[in-house]
Amino acid sequence: MAITLSGDHAIPSPPLSARLTTPQVWGIVMIAPYLLVFLAFVVYPVGYGLWLARHPASYVALYHDPIFARAAVNTLIFLLVGINLKMAIALFLSGFFAQQRSWIKWLSVLFILPWAVPSIPTILSVRFMLNPEWGVINQLIFKFTAEDGPNWLNDPSVALAMAIGVHIWKSLPFWTLILMTGRLAISHDLYEAAEVDGASWSQKFRYITWPSMQTLYITCTLLSMIWTLGDFNSVYLLTGGGPADLTHVLATLGIRYLRLDQLSLAMASIVCALPFVLPLVYFMMKRLSR
Amino acid sequence: MKLPSLKEIGNEAKLLLIGIPVLIWTLVPIYHMFLFAISPKEDAFSGKLWPAHPTLNNFKIVFYQEHYFLRDFWIQFFNSVVIALSAGALTLMIATAAAFSISRLRVPGGRWVMNLALFTYFIPAAFLAVPMYRTMGNYGLLNNHWSLILAMVTIASPYAIWVLKQASDKLPVELDEAATMDGATTLQLFRLVYVPLMMPSLVAIGTYAILLAWNEYLYAFLLLSRDTEITLPVALGNFLAADDSPWELLMTTGFIYALPPAAIYYAFRRYMVGGLTAGAVKS
Repeated sequence: MAITLSGDHAIPSPPLSARLTTPQVWGIVMIAPYLLVFLAFVVYPVGYGLWLARHPASYVALYHDPIFARAAVNTLIFLLVGINLKMAIALFLSGFFAQQRSWIKWLSVLFILPWAVPSIPTILSVRFMLNPEWGVINQLIFKFTAEDGPNWLNDPSVALAMAIGVHIWKSLPFWTLILMTGRLAISHDLYEAAEVDGASWSQKFRYITWPSMQTLYITCTLLSMIWTLGDFNSVYLLTGGGPADLTHVLATLGIRYLRLDQLSLAMASIVCALPFVLPLVYFMMKRLSR
Repeated sequence: MKLPSLKEIGNEAKLLLIGIPVLIWTLVPIYHMFLFAISPKEDAFSGKLWPAHPTLNNFKIVFYQEHYFLRDFWIQFFNSVVIALSAGALTLMIATAAAFSISRLRVPGGRWVMNLALFTYFIPAAFLAVPMYRTMGNYGLLNNHWSLILAMVTIASPYAIWVLKQASDKLPVELDEAATMDGATTLQLFRLVYVPLMMPSLVAIGTYAILLAWNEYLYAFLLLSRDTEITLPVALGNFLAADDSPWELLMTTGFIYALPPAAIYYAFRRYMVGGLTAGAVKS
């Protein structure tokens, strides 16, 4: 659509096209739709958002808001525990799924399900499982111990742990798959040679697997950090930020302020996260734009 | 002969010891959802592994919109379909043109645009949601499907452009040169050489964008609000607003909503695994 529209004015403009070859003119025409989207829906919103967050008063208000401090700590815990646990398990499971067995092949097909299905219904499913009265977990606890199970999502630290669990459940397959491709790229000869020399399992991991996976593992960890920072669903749909707004993370806090009509606070809370996000983004861009 | 086979059995047992917990961990939330969907209301909370009286009645209630929460089910389903397909098609058009321009036509400043796109890709979408919401308000697009479609295109196209650029960098330059020698115009080159050769990546990217838009909750719930305009995930979220929400119907609707993306994923797995995971992280 954009191509035919802009094609008309590309021809009768000799001063511009005098210096550009025809393919280059076409190049500009074809990249224009994306640039328009970028200007209208990235540059303008970001600029507008930063402008909304310009008042120092917003940051003072954030500083005095205990929920903000709590959300910052929660985000830190979410990142530290969630990502390291997830990546360690993914690294371990990537070795498991790299085994050549037909039943493991089938298992890997099922294993990808959490990643393939949308997160809303599955997170709500977990939420129901954890319901203190009707949830299946407490029903089972009652059945076997004749005692009432805990009120899972009513305890902020348990609720946050559950949100981390949901996050891991959802994104583990993806990272396992990525790390598995890394593992499969390692030459099999190395392992065979090590086998002949009588290397143990841990030695093989330490001297062959880890050195060749290191870069990939670190890249994945950093990328996962950026994405986990933006994980809104795991917390919002499981705990809704509750109880008493004690399980918010930065991704849900902005939305909370927005719903309370405190737009400048919403933007300011996001701006506060930028010093941590931007170095990561810069690093990832260097990695991927090579 | 005997010793290695014993060792093999031990190995197999060890693998099973990992495999079984992994299988349970993966399936429990999904199976729980499925169990609710096929259980009658009074059976749903029994905590049994299989309902005493499995039924498809819940599906009937959903399909015939026989509940207050479900009165707009088909409209919402249709909204989800339209938005996902539009976002997919639009992303595909914009990203393919941009990738062609950057990679094949070597447009001046193309590298720069690529970096800008990558930058957008790495900004967590949840952080962009608040300013995006205000922007759509300023454009007068709130409560209009275009707002969600355009937001999804914005989020999907950076990665789309990047993957497509990577893939098209691998096509030999001689191809373009030969076609140009034969008198092909740039548009013909795009239409007759580039697009057919890029088909596998285009399928992967189209699927990626469609799934992204179909699965999106946050933007959908911010940008759309009227009952007849929202998408299915927002409707699912709205179930939670009431204390007496019918879980079995919510899980049934969720199950129906989860089926198309899962089916698409498995149908295009060959493309997805090849086209996306390889591109997702380059070591």
